Amino acid sequence: MAHAEGQQHPIKIYFVIWGLLFVLSVMSYMVDILHLEGMLRWSLISIFMMLKAALIVSVFMHVMWERMAIVAVILVPPGAILFLMALMALEGNHTFFNRTTFFAGG
Amino acid sequence: MAVESASLPGRKGAAATEGADTPMAAARMPGVKGMVSDWASDQRAFKNVPWGKAMMWIFLVSDTFIFGCFLVGYMMVRMSITEPWPNPSEVFALHAFGHDVPLLLIAIMTFILISSSGTMAMAVKFGYERNRKATAILLIATAMLGASFVGMQAFEWTKLILEGVRPWGNPFGAPQFGATFFMITGFHGMHVSFGVLFLIIMAVKVLRGSLDTGRAGFLTKRRGNYEMIETMGLYWHFVDLVWVFIFAFFYLW
Repeated sequence: MAHAEGQQHPIKIYFVIWGLLFVLSVMSYMVDILHLEGMLRWSLISIFMMLKAALIVSVFMHVMWERMAIVAVILVPPGAILFLMALMALEGNHTFFNRTTFFAGG
Repeated sequence: MAVESASLPGRKGAAATEGADTPMAAARMPGVKGMVSDWASDQRAFKNVPWGKAMMWIFLVSDTFIFGCFLVGYMMVRMSITEPWPNPSEVFALHAFGHDVPLLLIAIMTFILISSSGTMAMAVKFGYERNRKATAILLIATAMLGASFVGMQAFEWTKLILEGVRPWGNPFGAPQFGATFFMITGFHGMHVSFGVLFLIIMAVKVLRGSLDTGRAGFLTKRRGNYEMIETMGLYWHFVDLVWVFIFAFFYLW
């Protein structure tokens, strides 16, 4: 079978993903409208965000149909950002601790 | 196949060495083994990806790092300050229907950008089907949605600036709020603006048939083909993707 270079898929899947993105956006907006707070708020926001990102990357950007050679190039390097995020969260907490301990009321 | 033959110009080398009649195509494995053999084949590693698309992906990965660093910087600032962070729900509220609706404009902007991603995805599909009229209409619709997004962002910036928000301070709380807000949304808005420009250029190419005839581009002299729309689409979906993270981390958190 000849391999087509372009990504071609039925139009229905784009409408389904479009609808899902709308629903997920409404749900993340509802988190704010309903004034949910604390861990519940942060976890819901993160879950809806990751789901939306996954739908856009896998279907709209066609990554789920690509070969692993390029999928790895796309998805592995951004993991370094997560590592940076973890380091900077530690550092940020440390700075906050120092400021509240030694500069309180200053 | 129509797509195969139409996409040959500009990839002569790849097509000649990897056509369907060569043993290469038959031996192509999926998964991890496929990845190892693709990289070890001493030819092009991205077997069925046009080079323009591969380069766009590499650009987008680098852009991910820029936006990632901005958002990590914002996170660190917000974690380490002792002053209270302004409540985005109140700062970005819009007075409508007789009371303040939180994040109204931001919600509308989010839906507009998602819709523009939907029209872009369909433009790519109709492009490969050689439906020039539908492709052009969808590309122009995407550009108009993008332009309205930038317009609303300009409105939002104007409103905040009139309320006294500056990169070095604001009446609502921590002064770093303005610095991170203008930098992150400004950089994203710039991406959207350039995307609108590219979309208009691509719509013109489609309308005059440059992608069917393989007419050389004005600036790069690259011959037109319908893979260009898919590559353009990757950029546009990326802009939408970044907004998903900005919406969550900046406006909702």
